[in-house]
Amino acid sequence: MPHWLVEFIIVLLKAVGVAFALLTTFAYMTLVERRLLARMQIRIGPNRVGPSGLLQPLADAIKSIFKEDLRITMSDKLVYTLAPLIAITCALSTFGGLPAGPPNSFFGANPWVYSLDVGVLVLLALTSMGVYGIFLGGWASGSKYPLLGGLRSAAQIISYELGMGLSLLGLLMLVGSTSFRAIVGWQGDHGPLVLFQLLGFVTFFVSSFAETNRTPFDLPEAEQELVAGYLTEYSAIKWALFQMAEYVNMITASALMATLFFGGYKGPQFLDAVIPGISEWPFIWLILKIAVFLFIFIWARATLPRLRYDQLMRFGWKLLFPLALFNTMFTAFYLAYLKGLGLWPLGVVGLVSVVVLIAASDRVRPLWNRPGVRVLDEQGSKPIGGD
Amino acid sequence: MGVLEIGKGMGVTLSKLFQKPVTVSYPEQRATLQPRFRGRHVLTRHPGNKPGEQGLEKCIGCSLCAAACPAYAIYVEAAENDPAHPTSPGERYASVYEINMLRCIFCGMCEEACPTGAVVMGNEFEMADYRYRDFVYAKEDMLVGVNGSVPQRREAAQKGKPVRLGFTVEGGPRKELEGVKYE
Repeated sequence: MPHWLVEFIIVLLKAVGVAFALLTTFAYMTLVERRLLARMQIRIGPNRVGPSGLLQPLADAIKSIFKEDLRITMSDKLVYTLAPLIAITCALSTFGGLPAGPPNSFFGANPWVYSLDVGVLVLLALTSMGVYGIFLGGWASGSKYPLLGGLRSAAQIISYELGMGLSLLGLLMLVGSTSFRAIVGWQGDHGPLVLFQLLGFVTFFVSSFAETNRTPFDLPEAEQELVAGYLTEYSAIKWALFQMAEYVNMITASALMATLFFGGYKGPQFLDAVIPGISEWPFIWLILKIAVFLFIFIWARATLPRLRYDQLMRFGWKLLFPLALFNTMFTAFYLAYLKGLGLWPLGVVGLVSVVVLIAASDRVRPLWNRPGVRVLDEQGSKPIGGD
Repeated sequence: MGVLEIGKGMGVTLSKLFQKPVTVSYPEQRATLQPRFRGRHVLTRHPGNKPGEQGLEKCIGCSLCAAACPAYAIYVEAAENDPAHPTSPGERYASVYEINMLRCIFCGMCEEACPTGAVVMGNEFEMADYRYRDFVYAKEDMLVGVNGSVPQRREAAQKGKPVRLGFTVEGGPRKELEGVKYE
């Protein structure tokens, strides 16, 4: 066999493996999420199918595959079918770019499907493409709630994509590369980037909740207001594909945060003193970090109520975006004038700004979100378009 | 400190994660009911502190319960007592006493209307069945001493096991339910 064919087959196998792993994780994430939510609400949760409910994902899968796939009369047939496929394709293809271990650590192969020098940019581009799935799905359903959900989703993602991209900009300038391997390598030398980009991490963390449509930013599928938003007219496997896309996006966002800010596939190096070489073990650290972030996603869902739509927009544009911009500007300033001092100024400024934000969070809010009665104008009519 | 309030909320949910769930796994575990819970009716008998009344049915077939019933769930037919073998201490007794459990709204008005305290709301609620006609409970399904609902007794007879009730009453059934034991 020629060399390129062997390479191709290995990459193909890895791609299938990653997709399979992601979908299995998705299936069990639904169970874990339901169990954890239940326990946080002092309930037991699903425990009927199989030993302690472990076969529940299987039952759900069988159900969603064999359910009737409704044909919506008012829908745009092609786009309606294409939308979930777009969503799941973009969601699945993003994960392959993340390195899960050092080169050649996966049975002699590289533990990633593709490694690009512009890895971060490709990932951001693919995740924002995934929104087309939701948006087109909402539009093609030919129904009002899905349309509202789709519109919300589009507006929300546009607003938070900016904050998300900007919050990574400082990090990318600091590392000087957009390749994930370089970022992980840099963190291996200097320590996790969350120490030096705390503000960037906070903004990225919040916007990734918005990007993945999770509570408190789950407005596109707000059950109480929009039935299920863009999902309303979907059933059976198409609905399941959307769910898959959402959960896979969540896993990808967790992996992204772990890779960019928490040292990626490398473990904490002080553990090397206990067990030599433990921080270099592939997979285990990345999986552990992903699990922690997934838990936080679920935990936030159990706690926080949904934002109102104008609050969401105001928060995104008036707080998150300027903060990310400030972080970028300061990192640029640091790189231009303070580089000789070492990395500590970044850490100090990040910490101080986050502490100030927390301390001032109640004072800052009325500046943008003014409480009180809305004043009517001279004609006695409310101003059009909110504030 | 708005963010700290969020943090406090997150702390609450996290602490609840380690609390024992309050869920009662109902068919396996027994549900706990309060004595005032209004369930399936019981037709009580005289407990026997007066001679000559011992074990006789309290119901005298007056149909006041049927008149009070807002859902028209009760049907009573009265008949004269045989003086040698009376069914109830009065002149008349209920020869037919039926309650349609599908119509019944378990409001307890029959119990309030009853002049002799014969019909009393019990605590049983597990009456799910397959056919409409099986929901019309006759006298022999409701008299004191009959344990379980119609489907429960049918299942118990098929399996040859005693009736298993899915609930316990906290502090035992109330005193109006003379002679009723829920085990």
